[in-house]
Amino acid sequence: MPLAPVSLVLTRLTRNMATRHSSMFRRLGEHDNARFLLDPTDLPVTLCLEPRQGQPKVTLHRTPPQADARIAGPLAALIGLVHGAYDGDALFFSRDLVIEGDTAAALALRNAVDDAELDIAAEIEALSGPFARPLHRLIDLAERRTGVALTRHEEDLLW
Amino acid sequence: MEIVCPAGTPAALRAAVKAGAHTIYCGFADETNARNFPGLNFSREEMAEGIAFAHGHGSKVLIAINTFPRAGSESLWHAAVSDAETAGADAVILADIGLLAYAANNHPNLRRHLSVQAAAANADVINFYGSEFGVKRVVLPRVLSVPEIAAINKDTDIETEVFVFGGLCVMAEGRCSLSSYATGLSPNMNGVCSPASHVEYLEEDGHLSARLGGYTIHSVGKDEPAPYPTLCKGCFGAGDKTGHLFEDPVSLNAEQLIPQLAKAGVTALKIEGRQRSRSYVAQVVKNFRAAVDAVDAGRPLPEGMLARLSEGQAVTTGAYKKTWR
Repeated sequence: MPLAPVSLVLTRLTRNMATRHSSMFRRLGEHDNARFLLDPTDLPVTLCLEPRQGQPKVTLHRTPPQADARIAGPLAALIGLVHGAYDGDALFFSRDLVIEGDTAAALALRNAVDDAELDIAAEIEALSGPFARPLHRLIDLAERRTGVALTRHEEDLLW
Repeated sequence: MEIVCPAGTPAALRAAVKAGAHTIYCGFADETNARNFPGLNFSREEMAEGIAFAHGHGSKVLIAINTFPRAGSESLWHAAVSDAETAGADAVILADIGLLAYAANNHPNLRRHLSVQAAAANADVINFYGSEFGVKRVVLPRVLSVPEIAAINKDTDIETEVFVFGGLCVMAEGRCSLSSYATGLSPNMNGVCSPASHVEYLEEDGHLSARLGGYTIHSVGKDEPAPYPTLCKGCFGAGDKTGHLFEDPVSLNAEQLIPQLAKAGVTALKIEGRQRSRSYVAQVVKNFRAAVDAVDAGRPLPEGMLARLSEGQAVTTGAYKKTWR
């Protein structure tokens, strides 16, 4: 899989999220220029997130680059965290999640993402243009592979 | 009984309300509250919105202003009390005597609760806080057995609130300076115990080490739960012995003691965890709401399901059932 186009699509998606959830990047505070390495341990690639004060950039790498903090775990755990389905501390204490480097930056990112109440399916719905279709396919694949439900219909029905 | 639930973010507050919390406690994003961690807590605007949301669904909001003001910087704490009243808080949770006096004198209509950080552990001191500062509720420190709590409630009219779930502290809250020795920062003065900026985890050959301020405080093998990054739960060697010298890395779960706590006259049950996710908040609140509803209706307690969410993945009933080891 060519990584550059996927990196572009993920950057576009993350910038859309930054616009729709501006408080998420504000919550990073002094860590909004840190480099975060998100490492799905069951995939052969790592993802580097640079918030860049609300102008985020995402790149995929086959060899992990230098970063301030590394958060590693199965793809299901990482997606579940972003989607708010799992508790980060519980995953960490059970050793399903590994945190290395700047713990404060990793904690700020975890808390910022948790507060944003991201609905990954809704974020993709909001993405128009040529990026939408490949991302839909990617998310379908992630949903099948991880077993994490990436829509909130159930939760919304309860309220 | 009332359940008092944590919220470190506006999303967690909404999750707590949706899950059935009677009351939510939270804090401003500064040193005035004892959970001053990166990415957590509420701006003034978020607090006002959160309180409006909670009130709209019949829940109350308490604001923790429970650190101890520094000399020369009292205005930060005074402003927090004033802003809490402006935001519509149902009460403030305070620990410092000076701040209690300030709140009582300047914001007499703002209900005052005594934080666990004040470590008020007998009826005399609780009644003193009531008569001098108009305190309406006291959060009891986690040093008391159920009969001791019953004895306190017999001798005071002030409401009592006790912790039932979450992380445990060394047994004299508000008086612990362990974090200061390794990092220079403490929960009492800065709102941070073992601040994340001083915590580092290192994994080598399957062994995971927790370091605080450069000191390795615990190291575990491949199949063990990750070590907790506080000195109180560290594992140390002394002579030919190695062990958890201060306390075991276990978490409180007093769910099964709810009927006894009700009988002991406790008004409210507190869940720890403002640093935890909204997923944790929702699950724990749902569980405890079901438990108190069952107790109130005279039904047996539902089966607990919270072990996996506990810090250290192991639970205890703490001091409520005191035993020597």
